[in-house]
Amino acid sequence: MNWRGNALKFCDVAGLPALEPFVRLVAGEDVKEQLKGIAKFVVLPIAAVAVFLMLWSAAARTVITDSMRLPSPTDTWTAGKELFAMHSAQRADDRKAKQEKTMQAVEYLAQANIVTKQAQAASGEKKEKLLANALVLKKKAVQAANYRPSSAPTFVDQIITSLKTVFVGFAIATLIAVPIGVLCGMSPWCNAALTPFIQVFKPVSPLAWLPLAFLIIVWAYSGTKPGETFFDKAFLISAITVSLCSLWPTLVNTTLGVASVDKDYMNVARVLKLSWSQQLFKIILPASLPLMFAGLRISLGVGWMVLIAADMLAQNPGLGKFVWDEFQNGSSQTYARIAFSVIIIGLIGLVLDRIMIFMRNLVSFGDPQAA
Amino acid sequence: MVSVSVLQVGCSDSEISLEDLEAAAAKLETANLEAGAATDQAVVEILDVEKPNLKFGFIKLTDCAPLVIAKEKGYFEEEGLNVEVEAQSNWKVLLDRVIDGQLDGAHMLAGQPIGATIGVGTQAHIVTAYSLDYNGNGITVSNEIWKQMQENDPALKSETPEHPISATSLKPIVDSYNQAGKDFNMGMVFPVSTHNYEIRYWLAAAGIHPGMYSEENIQGTIDADVLLSVTPPPQMPGNLEAGTILGYCVGEPWNQQAVVKGIGVPVTTNYDIWKNNPEKVFGVTKEWDEKYPNTHLAVIKALIRAGKWLDATDENGVLVNRQEAAKILSGKDYVGADEDVIDNSMTGTFVFQQSDVRPMPDFNVFFKYYASYPHYSDCVWFLTQMRRWGQITEGKPASWYEETAKEIYKPEIYRKAAAMLVAEGKASAEDFPAEGYDGYREVSSDFIDGTVYDAKDPVGYINSFAIGNKDPEALAKQ
Repeated sequence: MNWRGNALKFCDVAGLPALEPFVRLVAGEDVKEQLKGIAKFVVLPIAAVAVFLMLWSAAARTVITDSMRLPSPTDTWTAGKELFAMHSAQRADDRKAKQEKTMQAVEYLAQANIVTKQAQAASGEKKEKLLANALVLKKKAVQAANYRPSSAPTFVDQIITSLKTVFVGFAIATLIAVPIGVLCGMSPWCNAALTPFIQVFKPVSPLAWLPLAFLIIVWAYSGTKPGETFFDKAFLISAITVSLCSLWPTLVNTTLGVASVDKDYMNVARVLKLSWSQQLFKIILPASLPLMFAGLRISLGVGWMVLIAADMLAQNPGLGKFVWDEFQNGSSQTYARIAFSVIIIGLIGLVLDRIMIFMRNLVSFGDPQAA
Repeated sequence: MVSVSVLQVGCSDSEISLEDLEAAAAKLETANLEAGAATDQAVVEILDVEKPNLKFGFIKLTDCAPLVIAKEKGYFEEEGLNVEVEAQSNWKVLLDRVIDGQLDGAHMLAGQPIGATIGVGTQAHIVTAYSLDYNGNGITVSNEIWKQMQENDPALKSETPEHPISATSLKPIVDSYNQAGKDFNMGMVFPVSTHNYEIRYWLAAAGIHPGMYSEENIQGTIDADVLLSVTPPPQMPGNLEAGTILGYCVGEPWNQQAVVKGIGVPVTTNYDIWKNNPEKVFGVTKEWDEKYPNTHLAVIKALIRAGKWLDATDENGVLVNRQEAAKILSGKDYVGADEDVIDNSMTGTFVFQQSDVRPMPDFNVFFKYYASYPHYSDCVWFLTQMRRWGQITEGKPASWYEETAKEIYKPEIYRKAAAMLVAEGKASAEDFPAEGYDGYREVSSDFIDGTVYDAKDPVGYINSFAIGNKDPEALAKQ
C-alpha cells in the first residue's frame, strides 16, 4: 500500500475521520468533495464550539445569585492557568524543601557526632542523657534525609491519582468480567445461573456500592496501620467501587460475543478436531474480541464517571475530591476552578474513550465499524 | 552545598540509611565538628519522636488556624514532624478517619471526643490535650426572618441595634410557623457540636423549644418548635439562600460570608451567648496517644507555639499576626474563602450588617485567657448539655462528670509540653495556668440568660434550666 492508503487506514483505525479529507486533499483527490468533508468535520464543530462559548458568556452574565455566580469562559481559562502555575510553584518549593532537608540531615549527623564526643567526656546521668540525645539526633538525620514533601496534592497530582485509580479499578473489573463472560458465553447453563446477578446488580448506582466497598476494605485491612500497606485504603475503596460498577458492560458484551461466534467457525474447528483450549484461543476469543472491546470501552467510560462521584462522596484523593473541596471553599475563584475541572474531566474521558476505540479497531480485522 | 552533592550520589528511590549519611559526612571537612565540645550547661532532652510523618484532618473553618500556622510557620518541622493537613468533607468523615487510623489526629468539635468516648453516635475513646480556640461562632438568620424580627421588636430597627440580641423577637415568628403547620428549619453542623448546644441555648433562653433527643429519636426533634438539622459548614450560606433553612449557627467564615454576599444577618455571636466558651480541640485516639507519647508531646508543643503566635499583640493590644494568618488561611488547600471575608473576624472585628461593624477583639481567642489549656470544666459543660438535651439518656451522678472529663481531657500532656517550651525559652511560665490549678475555670454567669455555671455542680446546673431534662437532686451528692 502507498502512503495514502496507510494514512487513510490510520484515520479509520484511530477513529479520527476528521483527518480523512486532509489526507485525500494532499493526495490530490476531488477538491470540492474534500472541502465539503472539512466543512463537516472541522469547520462546523469549531463553529458549534464558538456558539457554545458565546452562549456560555451570556449565561455567565445572567446566572448570578447573591452568593454564587457562573464563571465566564475567560474566568475558567484564567483559573485553569493558575492551577497549573500553582502546581509548578509547589513542585519547585518541594524540591527546595527536599534539598534543605538533605543539608539538615548532614547537620544533624554532625551535631550527633559532637554530642557523642561530649558524652565521652561526661559521666553518670549526664552521659546517658547525652548518648540518648545523640541517638535521637541520628534518627532525625535519617528522617530528614528521607523527607517526603507533605504539601497538599496539586491539581495535576489529583489528575494522576484519578487516572491511577480508574485503571486499577478497570483492571480488576476486566480480570473478573472477561473470564466469567467467556464462561457464560460458552455454556448456556452457566449463563442462566448468573443472569439473575447480572440483571440485579448491573443497574445499581456507584454510590450505593460505595459503603459496601468501604466496609470490605476496612475489614480486609483491619489491624493494619496506614503506611504499612501497599495500597492506601481510600485508594482501594475508590478502585473497588469503580470495579463493581464497570464490570457489567464487559461481562455482558463478552458473553454476547462468545455466544454469537459464527457457527461455521465452530464447525470448522470440529472438522479440524481442535482441542478445547485450541478452540478457545484460536477461534472463540479472537472472534469475540471486537464485541469484548466494545464492552471494555463502555466499562472504562462508566468507570471514569463513577470514580469522580466516588471521590466526591468518600473523601478519596482525586479529581472528585478536588471539585468537592473547591465547592466547600466559597472563594470568588471557586466556581471557575470547578468549571475548569469539569472540562478537564471531560477531556480525559474523551481521551480514554479514544484509546479504547483505537484498541477495538485494532482487533476488528479491517472492519472497524462491525463492533 | 557540598553536602547535598555528596548525598545526591546515594539518593536514588531507595531509603537513605544512617550508613549512607555517615559516609557522606565523612567525606566532608570535619573542621566545624570540633567546636563546642565542652559545655557545662544542663542537658536538654531531645524528644525521640516515634512517628515523624503525620496526617491531620481539618474542616474548612478559620479555627483550624493553630494547625495550619504550626505547619506554615515551621513549628511542626522544628519538632521533627513532617505534617500533612488535609481538608475533610464533613465532621463524621473526619471522626471516622481518626478512629480507623487514616488520620493521626484532627481539628475536632470539642463535643466530638466527648461524644465518641461516652458513646453518643460513634463509640471510640478519643482524648484531647489541646484546646484550639474559644468563641468564633455566630447565629445568622435570613434577611426575611430578620425583617420580621425587626417588626416584632422595633429596637432592632436601628443601624446598630443593642447587643446581645436574644431570640425573644424570633419567638412570635416560630409560633406563627407552627400554627400554620409549617416547619421552622435551622441548621447546625453536628449533633455533638458546640453550635448545636449554642443555638439550643439561645433559643431555649427565649422560651423556644429546640427539641429533645432520646434513645429512639437521634434527630433531637421531640417537642421541637424549631427543627435543627445537620448541614456542613460551607453549605450553610447556600442553603440559607435556597430557603431550606431559615437560620443557622456556624463558625467563621460562614457568617461573614452571608453578610458580604447579602443573604443573611448574623444576629449574635457565641461570645454573647457565653463569653469565652470552648469551641474546637485537637483530638487523637487514646490508642494513638499511648503508642506515640513523644510524638503527641511534640505536636502539642508546636500547637502551643502556633496559638501564641496567633494571639500575639503589640503594646496597644492590637493583634499583630492575624492579617498574615488570614492570608495563609485563604489558600485553596486550607479554608479557601476570600481573604477579605476571612480577615473580618480574624482581625478582631465582626460585621453584623453592612452598617454595623463592631470591634470584637475576643471573637476568636486562640491562646489568651489560657484558651489552649484543656480545662476539665469545659468538658463538663458539654456533658451537661448532652444530658440537658437527652443525648445522655440516663441521669448521672456528679462524680461521673468529673471522672469522664479526666478520661478525655489530658492537661498532663499539655503541662509537659508547656514545661519543655519554657525550658527551651520558647514560652514563659506566665503563659500557662499556675502550678496548683485544678482544671476548673472560675464559676461564671457570663451567659446570655445569666445562669450561673459551676462545673463542680453539674447536676444543679442541668436542673437550673427551664427547658431540658431534670435530674434527681440526690445525684448531685454522689
